[in-house]
Amino acid sequence: MKDRLSAFYWLNETQFAQASSEQITSQRRSAIEKFEIEGFPSVRDEEWKYTSLKKLITPDYLFPSPFVPLDQEEQIDFNDIKQFLVNDIDCYQVVFINGRYSSWLSETTHTNYDICTLGSAWKKYPEVVESYFNKLTKDDGPLVQLNTGLAWEGLYINVPKNIIVDKPIQVLYISTGDTPVFNQTRSLIILSEGSSAEIIERHHSLTNHETWTNAVDELHVGSNAKIHWVKLQHDSSNASLTQHSKIHQEKDSTAIVHTISTGGKLIRNNLDFSLTGKGAEARMFGLSLGSDRQLVDHHTRVDHIAPNCSSHEAYKGIYDESSRGVFNGKIYVHIDAQKTQAYQQNNNLILSEKATIDTKPQLEIFADDVKCTHGCTIGQLDEDALFYLRARGIRNKEAKALLMLAFANDAIADIQHPSLRVKLSQLIGRKLGVDMSNAL
Amino acid sequence: MLEIVNLHASIDNKVILNGINLKINLGEVHAIMGPNGSGKSTLSNVIAGHDGYDIISGDILFDGDSVLDFPPEKRAHLGLFLSFQYPVEIPGITVSNFIRTALNEIRKAKGEESLGASPMLKLMREKMKVLEMDKGFLSRSLNEGFSGGEKKRNEIFQMAMLEPKMAILDETDSGLDIDALRVVANGVNALRSDRNAFIVITHYQRLLDYIIPDFVHVLFNGKIVKSGGKELAIELEKRGYDWIKKEQK
Repeated sequence: MKDRLSAFYWLNETQFAQASSEQITSQRRSAIEKFEIEGFPSVRDEEWKYTSLKKLITPDYLFPSPFVPLDQEEQIDFNDIKQFLVNDIDCYQVVFINGRYSSWLSETTHTNYDICTLGSAWKKYPEVVESYFNKLTKDDGPLVQLNTGLAWEGLYINVPKNIIVDKPIQVLYISTGDTPVFNQTRSLIILSEGSSAEIIERHHSLTNHETWTNAVDELHVGSNAKIHWVKLQHDSSNASLTQHSKIHQEKDSTAIVHTISTGGKLIRNNLDFSLTGKGAEARMFGLSLGSDRQLVDHHTRVDHIAPNCSSHEAYKGIYDESSRGVFNGKIYVHIDAQKTQAYQQNNNLILSEKATIDTKPQLEIFADDVKCTHGCTIGQLDEDALFYLRARGIRNKEAKALLMLAFANDAIADIQHPSLRVKLSQLIGRKLGVDMSNAL
Repeated sequence: MLEIVNLHASIDNKVILNGINLKINLGEVHAIMGPNGSGKSTLSNVIAGHDGYDIISGDILFDGDSVLDFPPEKRAHLGLFLSFQYPVEIPGITVSNFIRTALNEIRKAKGEESLGASPMLKLMREKMKVLEMDKGFLSRSLNEGFSGGEKKRNEIFQMAMLEPKMAILDETDSGLDIDALRVVANGVNALRSDRNAFIVITHYQRLLDYIIPDFVHVLFNGKIVKSGGKELAIELEKRGYDWIKKEQK
């Protein structure tokens, strides 16, 4: 598959070159060359020790052609995707089908800020895109390089100084069609000083064929700016997602990321924060509910580069049946990052003998005046608590679900929108097989 | 209504209950007293349906039917309630959510409509008033960081909400100061009627000054060795348990 992908790039290089400057083309080319040398990561690679891509790279995937708009036949009716959106909040909406923009399902804007697609931004704002594209992803592994080489479409947000985006931005990536499909999506999000935005992101596959989305996101969060990003990973059982999100934060900025992984075949999240200005704050929360043979892998990394920054990380995992979880949390406190406050917690429940979790905190601290705490736990549901609930008349299944929800609670406590919370509790309830619509 | 017939139970192959016989009718309050390790908490757990115990022989009948094969939730649906000696702390579930879920599960099992949010809240406020509880209680995580007194008050609050037919209070007085004891006892007394019954398990006679029992039983080595009226509790308070232990030898 590596050779097919590289051939695909060289075949389409003219299309890529036409869409942007020579400088970008040479970046794409060097990214593909890196990918050609390294190939897909294997379990011999420390970063991929517990997550094998072997099965993921075997299907005969379709690679959607670059810069080709969606044709009529690929249209999807709104009713087919409605259920994947949080419907009762007023939102901007950006929908992609097999990595291509669907204008008739989307509501974008250029009025006070740009909420549109990277595909159109190449033409509309070439200077902005070129000054930000691939700035945060140069040194990352082969999947990121592959994406840098091939990706051209995804979410584009640019918010000017001191502007607040007035409503959440929902972005939905749909996979469909009658062949396996491999999508490269790329988002570029630029929040200038003092601005703020909120994103709700979801990937969903409508086909029975294998789908794989390899996503890369670059987020630039200016001083005093704020981003809240909720990723709902509740895909069908033959859909896989590898996602690298790189967040660059300046002075006094805040980034909050919630990753709720309840469905999909293989999910690998790389979530990296660089705290480059004083007083920046990164908050990340994860909730993973694994069942069947699912794999949910979280690799997070926080680089504390400037002093007086804080990072707060709380990941919860509940693994049932033959599912597997991986958590690797890296915190690097660089030499100048005095007065750093870093908190990391990973707690897991294992509900079956076949389920596994590999959890590894990794802290490297080069400054001397810092406060870092971390911990991880692996356990089972508390039998005494279960008896207590059941003795009050709550049936076994509901009692277990309630305890799991209680366990998961602090991973979703910061999500404020009531309708998003309802959506979340429905997703979690569906996963646990109980009606939880009023539980949150 | 509740009848325990020659009940033998063990945990980890150690026999704890050694032939308990007890019959409780509606409108009655039975006190069960006894020294540490006599089997008091085992008895209440076994009645509530804790699956950590093995029933060797005997039966527990509720309104004439055996409940031994019923899971704890089904016993609760029939109207059985255990006020825990050590209520479990569950961070992430609020008191109100817990009680709402429990009450509606019980209503559902009885074929009744579930109670909506606002009548539920109204009912909670009424009951809390009797127990002199603060409104803020409802939004706190279940028992998390509660003082001993708050935990016990919360148990009685749940009992008031669920209105069980048969309530077992397992050492509800332990960890309570005298004021809290009075409030909790008032809460229990307010619920007493000829449509329910209580088992009050306690070490000390003190609680029985406030919740006056119709019968007092002494449990020793997993067996009821003495039964009497409320005066038996007073005698135990004066003389301790030693004379009973001696009588048994």
